[in-house]
Amino acid sequence: MFYREAGDFSTTYPQDSQTFPIKFDRWRYYAVLFIAVVIIPFVINDYWVNSIFMPFLIYAIAAIGLNILVGYCGQVSLGTGGFMAVGAYACYKLMTGFPEVSMFIHVLLAGGITAMVGVLFGLPSLRIKGFYLAVATLAAQFFLVWLFNKVSWFYNYSASGQINAPERDTFGILITGPNTEAWATYMFCLIFTIFSAVVARNLTRGSVGRQWMAIRDMDIAAEIIGVNPLKAKLTAFAVSSFFVGISGALFFAVYLGAVEVGEAFGITKSFLVLFMIIIGGLGSIFGSFAGAAFLVLLPVALKIIGVDWLGWPTDIVAHLNLVIVGGLIVVFLIAEPHGLAQLWRIAKEKLRLWPFPH
Amino acid sequence: MPEQLAFTIEVFLNGLMAGVLYALVALGFVLIYKASGIFNFAQGVMALFAAMTLYGIMNGQVPFAHLINAIFGTEIHYFGWELPALLAIVMTVGVMILLAWMVQRFIFRYLVGQEPIILFMATIGLAYFLEGVGDLMWGSDIKTLDVGLPQGINETIDEVTFGWFGYGFFIDNLDIVASIVAIILVAALVAFAQYTKQGRAMRAVADDHQAALSVGVSLNFIWILVWSLAGFVALVAGIMWGAKSGVQFSLSLIALKALPVLMLGGFTSIPGAIVGGLIIGVGEKLFEFLIGQPYLGGATENWFAYMLALVFLVFRPQGLFGEKIIERV
Repeated sequence: MFYREAGDFSTTYPQDSQTFPIKFDRWRYYAVLFIAVVIIPFVINDYWVNSIFMPFLIYAIAAIGLNILVGYCGQVSLGTGGFMAVGAYACYKLMTGFPEVSMFIHVLLAGGITAMVGVLFGLPSLRIKGFYLAVATLAAQFFLVWLFNKVSWFYNYSASGQINAPERDTFGILITGPNTEAWATYMFCLIFTIFSAVVARNLTRGSVGRQWMAIRDMDIAAEIIGVNPLKAKLTAFAVSSFFVGISGALFFAVYLGAVEVGEAFGITKSFLVLFMIIIGGLGSIFGSFAGAAFLVLLPVALKIIGVDWLGWPTDIVAHLNLVIVGGLIVVFLIAEPHGLAQLWRIAKEKLRLWPFPH
Repeated sequence: MPEQLAFTIEVFLNGLMAGVLYALVALGFVLIYKASGIFNFAQGVMALFAAMTLYGIMNGQVPFAHLINAIFGTEIHYFGWELPALLAIVMTVGVMILLAWMVQRFIFRYLVGQEPIILFMATIGLAYFLEGVGDLMWGSDIKTLDVGLPQGINETIDEVTFGWFGYGFFIDNLDIVASIVAIILVAALVAFAQYTKQGRAMRAVADDHQAALSVGVSLNFIWILVWSLAGFVALVAGIMWGAKSGVQFSLSLIALKALPVLMLGGFTSIPGAIVGGLIIGVGEKLFEFLIGQPYLGGATENWFAYMLALVFLVFRPQGLFGEKIIERV
C-alpha cells in the first residue's frame, strides 16, 4: 500500500542505473533532502543544533567512513578516534596558517591529509587480518593521540595543550568560533554530510565498491578472480580516513570549538563510531545514518527520562547508558547482525503487501 | 660499575615484573581463544569487574545501592560487615563462575558458528555492558583494594644491590608477589590442562570442536569452564593491578595491553603469552627509559607495545609461538 514498485519501468540505461531506481524511494529521498535543506534551517535553534543535529550529522560522516572500511571492505578498525584527531589537528593548522582561505577548502584538505595518514596505517592490512588488524589499528589510536599531546607544533605551542578554533567564515558567513548562527553551522555540516553520503553511495555501487566487497567476503578468492588486494584495501583505508578526517575537522572546528585530544578523540570515540555502524547496519549507507541517529539520541533521551523526569543522579544515567549500549550491541549481533538497516528493509517488504498480505 | 648501567638493569627488572602482570591478563585471553575461538575483548573489564566485586564484598557494599536508592528513595549503602579477604575471594570466584555461565547461556550459545570478527564485536559489547553493570553495582569511584599483600620497596634487594653496585635497586614487594603468583598460576593451569579429565577435554575442544563433540565432550560445559577459568585469572590480575594502582576504569585499559602481548606471543600458546608479556614489559620500560624520556618527551608506554606488535606482525603474522596460519578458499 505504502511502498510500491509495481509500474516502475526503466526505459533507458541511465534510468536503470540511478541511485534510487524505485520511484517511491526517490521521492522519499527528495523529501528528506527538502526538509533538511529548506525547512529545518529556518526553524532551528541553538539547543537543537548543538545537542542533536550537529553531532548527528558529524557522526554520520564518521560512521559512513568507518562503514566503508568495516562494512564494505571487512577491515575492522579501532583507530577512528585517532584519525578524527588527525582531521581536527590538520584543520586547526590550516585554519591558523591560512586564515583567508575558505573553511570548505580547509575541511576538505584536512580530510585529504587524514586519508594519507590512513593509508600509512592501512599498510599492515596487507599482511594481517581480522582482529589482528583490529589490534594493530589500536597502535594508530594510541600513537596519534600521544603525538598530538606531545609535539607542541601541532597545537601552536599553546600553554594548555588545547586547540581552539579561531573565527573563520565562508562566503562572509561565520562558521567557527563562539558567535556563529545556528543555521549556518547546521548548513555547513549538512553540506558535508550530503556530499559524503552521495560520494560513498556511488563509490560502493561502482567497481571500487565491488572490489571492496569481494575482499570482505573472501580475500583469497577475490585475489584469484583478479581483484588487486593492495589497491582495494588501500583505497578503502584512504576513502574511509578521508571521511573520518572530515568528521574530525567538523567535530573540532564547528561543533566543539576547543579540543583536548585525549578527551575528545580517545578510544571511546573509536568504539562509539564502531557501535554506530554495528547497530545501524554493516555495509549500508542508510545504516550509518540510522546508527548515528540512534546513538546520538539515546543519551539525550535517557537524560530527559532519567534526570529530568525521574530525578536520578546523572552518573547512574550515564552507567545505564553504557549497559544499554553494550546490551544492544550483543542483541543486535545475535538477532539482527545487519542492524537497523535490515529492519528497515524488512519493514519495506512488509509494507509492500500491507494491508493484504495473503 | 657505571651508574647508567645500574639504572638500566633496574629498569629491566621492573619491566620484567610489569611483563608478568601483562602475561597474567594475556593468559585469560589465550584460555578462551584456544577453547572457543572467541577473542575476548572483555577480559580487561572482567578484571576490573572482579576487583570491584571483591572490594564490594569485602566492605559489605550493597549491590546496586545507588540505583535502588534512586528508584525507591531509600538510603542504603552498606550491609555493615567486613569480610576477611580469603572468604571474599572465594565469593568473588563464585560470582565470576555465575558470570561465565550467564555469558555462555545468554550470549555465545546464540553465536556458535559465527565469524570470528562478529564474536569479537560481541565481546566489545559485553565489555561495555559489564563496565556499566560494574559501575551500577559498586559505584564508579576509585577504590583502593587491600587484601593484605606486602607493598613498598623490598629492603633485601635494595641492600644487596647497594653492596654490589653502590646503588640500591627499587623493586616493589607487590611486583615480586605478583610474579610468584603468576608463576604458580601458570604452572597450575598447565597441570590442569595436562593431567585432569576436564583439562584433557578442554584441549580436545581446542583441537577440534566436532571431534570432541563426537567422543562425548560437552561443549557447553567446557566453554563455561573456560570462561570461569578466565574469570578466575581476571580476578587474580584484578587483585594485583588493583593493589598496584587502585580499582578504576584505567584498569581495563591496562588490560588492553595484553592484546599486543598476545600478538607477539601468538594467540594459541600459553608459553607465548608469558614470553610476549615479558618482551612487552621489558621493551616498553627500556624504550621509555633509553629513548622515550630523553628524546621523545615521555609517556611512550601508551603506544610502544602496539607499535612493536604492529611492526612485528608485518614480518611474522602468526606471532612467535603461534600456529602457522594456512588459508584456503
